[in-house]
Formats: sequence, structure tokens, C-alpha cells
Amino acid sequence: MEKNSLTYLEDKFNELQSLNKGDALEALRESGFKAFTEAGIPNYKNEEWKYTKINNLFDKEYDLTEDLSSSSITTEDVDAVRLPGHENANEVVFVNGKFVQELSTIRSNTKQLVVLPLEEAAKGEYKELVTAHLNKSSLFIKDGIHALNTSFIYGGIFIYVAKDQIVDEPVFLYHIADSRKNHTLLQPRSLVFVDKNAKLQLVENYTTIGSMESFTNEVIEAVVDTNAIFEYYKIQNDLANASQVGTTHIRQIGKSYVHTFTVSLNGATIRNNIDIVMEAAGNEAHMYGLYLLKGKTHVDNHTLVDNTLPNCFSNEFYKGVIDDYATGVFSGKIFVRADAQKTNAYQSNKNILLSDNATVNTKPQLEIFADDVKCSHGCTVGQLDNEALFYLRSRGISADEAQAMLLQAFAADIVEQVKLEPLRNYVEKLITERLSVN
Amino acid sequence: MLLSIKNIHASVEGKQILKGINLDIRPGEIHAIMGPNGSGKSTLASVLAGREDYEVTEGSVDFDGKDLLSLSPEDRAREGLFLAFQYPVEIPGVSTTNFMKAALNEKRKYNGQEPLDAVSFLKVMKEKVELVEINRSLLSRSINEGFSGGEKKRNEIFQMAMLEPKLAVLDETDSGLDIDALRIVANGVNKLRTPERGVIVITHYQRLLEYLQPDFVHVLVDGRIVKSGTKDLALELEEKGYDFIKDEINLTATV
Repeated sequence: MEKNSLTYLEDKFNELQSLNKGDALEALRESGFKAFTEAGIPNYKNEEWKYTKINNLFDKEYDLTEDLSSSSITTEDVDAVRLPGHENANEVVFVNGKFVQELSTIRSNTKQLVVLPLEEAAKGEYKELVTAHLNKSSLFIKDGIHALNTSFIYGGIFIYVAKDQIVDEPVFLYHIADSRKNHTLLQPRSLVFVDKNAKLQLVENYTTIGSMESFTNEVIEAVVDTNAIFEYYKIQNDLANASQVGTTHIRQIGKSYVHTFTVSLNGATIRNNIDIVMEAAGNEAHMYGLYLLKGKTHVDNHTLVDNTLPNCFSNEFYKGVIDDYATGVFSGKIFVRADAQKTNAYQSNKNILLSDNATVNTKPQLEIFADDVKCSHGCTVGQLDNEALFYLRSRGISADEAQAMLLQAFAADIVEQVKLEPLRNYVEKLITERLSVN
Repeated sequence: MLLSIKNIHASVEGKQILKGINLDIRPGEIHAIMGPNGSGKSTLASVLAGREDYEVTEGSVDFDGKDLLSLSPEDRAREGLFLAFQYPVEIPGVSTTNFMKAALNEKRKYNGQEPLDAVSFLKVMKEKVELVEINRSLLSRSINEGFSGGEKKRNEIFQMAMLEPKLAVLDETDSGLDIDALRIVANGVNKLRTPERGVIVITHYQRLLEYLQPDFVHVLVDGRIVKSGTKDLALELEEKGYDFIKDEINLTATV
């Protein structure tokens, strides 16, 4: 099976390379494909992929065409996927993994915010930045699925926030998979650079159109410089035929502030890697996640905080509610390197199982090589408190309603970590709808 | 008759706790149930409120014309039964205000009434806050989270005021209260007395009864009501302890 898919992907890769011979990213793709061929699709033998199977996603042929004219995504389609309350946001639209300029709208002025096709950025004014930072994540992530994205870097974007600039409106990345005719493999690639004293709020949202399958294999690399603020939100509420492996690799190269939020509500197989590398002393990072799963959805949140220098702070809090036959996986790793004295790193994962067939695998991990640190980690897996349910019912609230109230309360302290108010309202509404009885 | 308990037998995890309770309560009456630890007082409260794990093996309960035991806990509440918990539960993330709004509107819906809008609800709440002397700031906080013992009990009485039950069962509402808190809670209950509303007060001590002045006092020993009387019985118990009752029973048994 895997052999077949490899051959078919190789043809696609060769096609892409010959079409784009001599472009700035050709060598990078070449190295990516070499790494992919060597590593292959990760399977359960790889500890990091023990609980999440993706090789079965490669048992079919995906449409990987680079020709966007074959897709008929219109501005009306974009209107339909736009999240409420953010009509004035900057919008970057990807169709089948490729940046589509005509459908995108950058409203902030170019002094604040630059959004360029990656190929263009790699050879122009931002060449040095792109060369220095693109694909640094491959130093940390050696698996084949990450390399596969690199093999097909094409149609990606470069987002640059200039020094001292607070981008006034968030940037939304709307990923649209057109799966009306074929199964689609989307491999969006983005490089984000938030310069000194700058601020960026980035939101990603995923929508599959059509009944064929979609598989998004995304890599986004963000570099955050001194005194910069980077907020990152990932909204996963796609169809049950949509799978995803998403890697968000954040490097805090100067003393800076990072805040991430991931909510997963619907989909097939979802793997989220969020890595934060503290490359400067005094960095601060907060990572929040919420997954409410039903049906057969499988969501794996893999996080890494790598403390290399002293005085960094990180706090991580993920919560999940798992129903039906769904599976939740949490794997959080904190590295504290020998030089990273005075690190404060906290990690917590709490789960509620609602059905006998629901599964959760949770694995918080600390690896500490310094001797003067404060770290804690913990996880819980449990059910709703019967005494609390009875208390609510004894006042006239139905059993279903009581359960919804308790679950909503459970989710509330994660949801309030969305700092963009309209987005928070939207997420709250999704969760209320999910949990409501009627 | 507001409540008519007939020959109730109930067990928990296979262990028989109630062994034939009979009790009739008319509208407007306050009945106190006293008794030593483990006699089944709280079990009776739990059976009435419909707590799972309590199995009624015999007997029936008629509540204002309804077969109480056939109703779910929520429907019992909607019919007008209220249990003030001995140990009120802390529920992080749900405010008492929202909780009461949901509860009150569920009850109204059940009784064919329109739900209260936000303004009317706040008006009702304001009245009740004053009636039971509860600190308003507690109500916007998560239910009972971080409340003192007294605040929790006062919150129970506040909820009772909001839901205006036909029958309130106060399960050891006086436990863990200092004298001042006890007085405030008792005042709250007294203000909620109406000619229609029945109250069952479960307690170990006579102290609360001094404030509440019950119409009847029943003594529960080993799952049965072994003696009933007026509030003077409570005084007698306070003076002589439960042993004198047990002695009386033994005496009767041997005669």
C-alpha cells in the first residue's frame, strides 16, 4: 500500500519540479522529498505516532493538481466560510492548499503587514529572512509526513509584520478543500515573521466542500522576535471526511510572548503538532486546547516546549470531552535544557469520557536537564460528577440539560482564552450548539 | 394532604435503612425529624428527592395527588419538592444566577408558563436576595465554589425562595453553622412559611427548632418513626438524649 502511494507521489513530485525548474524553492523541495523517501509515512513503530494512524489515509489517490483553474471556488464560497464578526479581518484564502491571491483581501496597510507568495518572498526583499527561517522545523521534526509537505512547497505564503507594528486586524487563513470531484491532498505552507515590538493575531479555519475526502498536511512556521506578541488560533470544525496533520512550529528568537488556542470539534483524523522553541531567555508562552469529540473523530494534540535558555515561562492547558467512539490523544513534552535555569513550565490535560467506547490516551512528559526549575505536569481522565448532576436535577433541570451545563462549565476556562471577542463568541456558540440538548 | 408517606422501605447497596416509615404532612405544617446518627433521616430526604442508589423496596409516597416515586428528580422539583442539601455541591463554572434562571424557567415550562425574561428574573431575584439576606456577589460566582459553610446553607435557602416549593425538605441545614448563621438561615425559612407550604426539617439538635417552632416532632430510630409529638418532644430529647426513647421502645417490646 505504502509503496504504491510513494510511487504515485513521486510522479507528482517530479511533475512539480519540472514545472518549476529553477525557482527559489526547488532545492528545498528536493531535500524534502529525499527525507520523505527515507522516512516514509510514520506508523505506530514511531513513538510519536503510537496512537494516531495515518498510513490508512494514503490508501487512495489524491488530487494534487497545481492547476487552480480546475477548482471553481468563488468569492461566494469564501463568503460562506467567513467566520462571523470578523468581516474586516485580513483574509488569506487557500484553495486545495494553495494561496489564491484573487480571493484574498489584505486590509491592513503594507507598512504593518506584508503577505506575499512564498516563491516571490524567497527571491525579493525578504530573501534573507526566508532563507534563514524557512524549514527550520525540519531540524526538530524528522518524520516523513512533515518532509512530504516540504517536498511540495509551492503556493505557500510569507507573512511579515514589520518592526514596531501592531497589526490592527487579525489575519485569517481560510483553508478551503474542494472535494466535490476528487479526494484532495492539501499541503499549505506558511512562514510568519513577527518582527521586534510587533503584534500579530493569526487564525486558521478549515472547510471542506464536497463529499470526497480531504487531507490537509500543513506546516506553518512562525518566528517571533524581541518584545513581539504572537497569538495563534486554530478552529477545527470541518466535515467528517476531513483529515489533517497540522504542524505549527513557533520559534521565539527574542524575549517575546506567544499565545496559542486550538479547538477541535469535527473531522476524521486530526493531528496537531504545536512546537514552541524558546531560543531566547525570558520567553513566555501559553498554549490552550479544547476538543469535544463524537462519532469516530480522532484528535491528537502533540505539543512541545523546548526551553534552551534561562527564565522562560510556559503554561499549557488542554481539555477534552470525548463521546461515542471518538478518541482523544494528548502528548505534551517539555524539554528543559541544561542552560535553561529558572524555567517555569506547567502542563495540564483533563478529560471527560461520556461513553464506554470513547478513548483517551494522555501522556504529559517532562525532560529536565537543569537543576533550578519549577515544572509540573498532570492529567486526569474521568466522568461527570454524579453528585453535581443530581444537585442540578434536584432543582428541576433535566438530566441532559444538567450534563450540558456541566460540560459547558468544564470547557469555559479554555474558551475564555480566545482574546478576539467575536471569535470567542463564535467558539462559544459552536460549543453551546454541540452540547445543547435540542 | 400535601405529602403522604406510606410504609416506605428503602435500601442502599442492599442494606435496608428505612423499615416502614409513615408520615402525613398537611399544607402549612412544619415537621421536624430527629434521631441519632444512622437512623435513616438523610436517607428519607434522599428517597423523597429521588437520588439514585436509593432503592425503595416497599411503600408509596403521594405528593399533592402525584405518585412521587414514579417521577424523575427533576420532575419532583418541578412539581414543587425542594431538598436543601446537607452538603451543597460546588460546581465550578456555573453561576448561581444562571443556574436559578435555568431551574426557574424549567419549572415554569413544566407548569405551562412562559419563561421569565431577563428583567423579570432579576426583579424576582432581587426580592429573594433581600428576603433571605444573602450577599448578592455570591450569586454571580460559581455555585458554592469557595463558599463558607454558612454561605452554602444560605444559598440553599435562597434557592428555595426562588423556586417557591410546595414542600421543602431541609436536610441538616443547621449542621456546621455558628449561632449567627443559624439565626439567619432560620429567619429565611420562617419568612418562607406560608399557609400552603409544608416543611420537613431534619436535624440532630433542638437549636434550630427553637427558631422554627415546628408543629410536629418525630423521632426516627433504626428506620422507623418511633415517637411523634409536639415541639416539647424536642426539648425532652435535648434534655434526656435519645437513650430514653430507646429505653421506652425496649420497654414496649418487653411488655
